[in-house]
Amino acid sequence: MAKKPNNNRRDFLQLSTLTLGGIGTAAFIWPFIKSMSPAEDTLAAGSTEVDISMIEEGQSVTIKWRGKPVFIKKRTKEEIEAAKMVQASDLRDPQDDADRVQKEEWLVLVGVCTHLGCVPLGQKLSDMKGDYDGWYCPCHGSHYDTSGRIRKGPAPTNLDVPPYSFLNDTTIKIG
Amino acid sequence: MDQNRKVHQFKNPVLNWIEFRLPIISYFKKEYGDYPMPKNCNYFWSFGALATITLVTMIVSGIFLAMNYTPHTDMAFDSVERIMRDVNYGWLMRYLHSNGAAFFFIIVYIHMVRAMYFGSYKYPRELNWILGVFIFLLMIATSFLGYTLPWGQMSYWGATVITNLFSAIPLIGEGLKTWLLGDYNVGNATLNRFFALHYVLPFVIFGVVGLHVAAVHVHGSNNPDGIDIKSKNDSVNFFPYMLVKDTVAMCAFGVAISAVIFFGPNLMAEVDNYIPADPLVTPAHIVPNWYLAPFYAILRAVPDKLGGVILMFGAIAILFVLPWLDTSKVRSCNYRPIYKWLMMAFFVNFFILGYVGMLPAEGLYLLIARVGLVYYFGFFLVLTPFIGWIEKPNKLPLSISDVYSKNIEQTIGGGEKGIPSPAMQKDINL
Ligand code: HEM
Ligand code: FES
Repeated sequence: MAKKPNNNRRDFLQLSTLTLGGIGTAAFIWPFIKSMSPAEDTLAAGSTEVDISMIEEGQSVTIKWRGKPVFIKKRTKEEIEAAKMVQASDLRDPQDDADRVQKEEWLVLVGVCTHLGCVPLGQKLSDMKGDYDGWYCPCHGSHYDTSGRIRKGPAPTNLDVPPYSFLNDTTIKIG
Repeated sequence: MDQNRKVHQFKNPVLNWIEFRLPIISYFKKEYGDYPMPKNCNYFWSFGALATITLVTMIVSGIFLAMNYTPHTDMAFDSVERIMRDVNYGWLMRYLHSNGAAFFFIIVYIHMVRAMYFGSYKYPRELNWILGVFIFLLMIATSFLGYTLPWGQMSYWGATVITNLFSAIPLIGEGLKTWLLGDYNVGNATLNRFFALHYVLPFVIFGVVGLHVAAVHVHGSNNPDGIDIKSKNDSVNFFPYMLVKDTVAMCAFGVAISAVIFFGPNLMAEVDNYIPADPLVTPAHIVPNWYLAPFYAILRAVPDKLGGVILMFGAIAILFVLPWLDTSKVRSCNYRPIYKWLMMAFFVNFFILGYVGMLPAEGLYLLIARVGLVYYFGFFLVLTPFIGWIEKPNKLPLSISDVYSKNIEQTIGGGEKGIPSPAMQKDINL
């Protein structure tokens, strides 16, 4: 087995066999890995239409969209003021209130804490709303303001705003 | 094949017939019959056997639960309630399984404390230790997956919080999380795959346990004095001596777990898990299984999402390299006057971390968790290497029998070698 003239040829054969085998194995494993990703029907979860005519000023409702809670809040004048007053540059995840709403009084948020996914409190009148009068996540203590922006606690980013549109004055389509 | 190879001869012709074709009889005789156990081993050395029977109990009770369990989000909770109310002895299977998981962790923690205190992880048992840490990791995964199955509020939100940890990883995090869940949030796809994995992982654990035991049998078991077997006088055969001792331990364990199963089956359960999962409402306090709480405390002690995740996994990963962090050649803490106390403090600290891990992460609790976190890592990364260098260990006995003969000389004045009475044995673990 000592080094013989044909060594280069042998190395080449070994290397190409291994490479081909490796590619083949990877190609075989791929479908298995991919089968664990969300299936087509899951992806096609679609959109939800919500009638918002019943929501009073200061009230907030929770609806289910793609298995997640979505908060729809009709904000009061004070809440809108408070949200606008903040300098975006002072925030952990800088964003102006205007960039988070389509119509000032309507705030639409995915109600999932951006830390580890709990549903923040603040939807019911009796709920704790946190130091910034928006939402408070009880799991590890994240405080969100009246624009759903993270102000205090471990969450890294603001509450997500889902894609939505106003079909008319009283109906929102989410998704 | 070589027809002349030496074949063990047994009295029983059936055994001989098997042995000739598959030398499994002599293997078992060697590994579990004549295997030499250091004769000074105390009851700490029974926890490996206890862990093994607990694993078997978990697998058996799990298989019977699976016969009546339905892994679908609409039916999982009800199927578990049906197991509890309608299936014959279903309540027993379930209480055995849920409490068995807790006892499994208690046993394995004691088993690990034993390995750490008596330095069993050191040369030449490093690989045995590494396989052990690997088993511990698999156990954590298995019990996390299993806890999701009853599909109560804690199941759902525990799974949500833990899988969200992966989203902390930069760039690939979100994608990885979605891939793990098979959906954008914990849902039916998740429950299904968690069940499939929960079913199979215990068998993987079983395989790794086999390697773990095989690895320790190569160089033999460690012992409370941390010195090697030097002559036949130092050891006793596994059969019958260790087996009898293990059997006594198993009886005591059986009494303990029965007491819990029959008199307090929900002592270690979370009431919130008797509420069906609701994706729109988070329970006020999300708590992990108490046996994983120390790691949860570490996660929450760090104000940064990614940092918390790294330290939590790091707390387990660091165990893998413990054999190389410890610079002392002396195994047993009984002969290490300083490290002994730091080790004890480590165990107490771990316990405290677990305690605050179950409480809200605010104010004083958060502060305690942070101090605990510093000691946890400080112990491994600073104290363990450093004390190994500066500490002057006590004088080790020359051999295991030496421990006994000295002791007997002191107590009865004779030079006789032999197995001392239990009363004397107490004095030996100085
Ligand atoms: C390493 C061994 C195992 C551990 C640590 C473990 C742990 C757990 C835990 C903590 C639960 C939740 C119990 C509860 O709160 O109700 C559970 C549930 C369950 N496990 Fe296991 N398990 C193990 C092995 C198995 C095996 C081998 C199977 C076989 C299929 C199995 C099947 C089940 C089923 C069907 C449930 C749901 C029913 C229930 O919640 O009681 N487990 N497991
Ligand atoms: S999940 Fe909201 S603070 Fe952790």
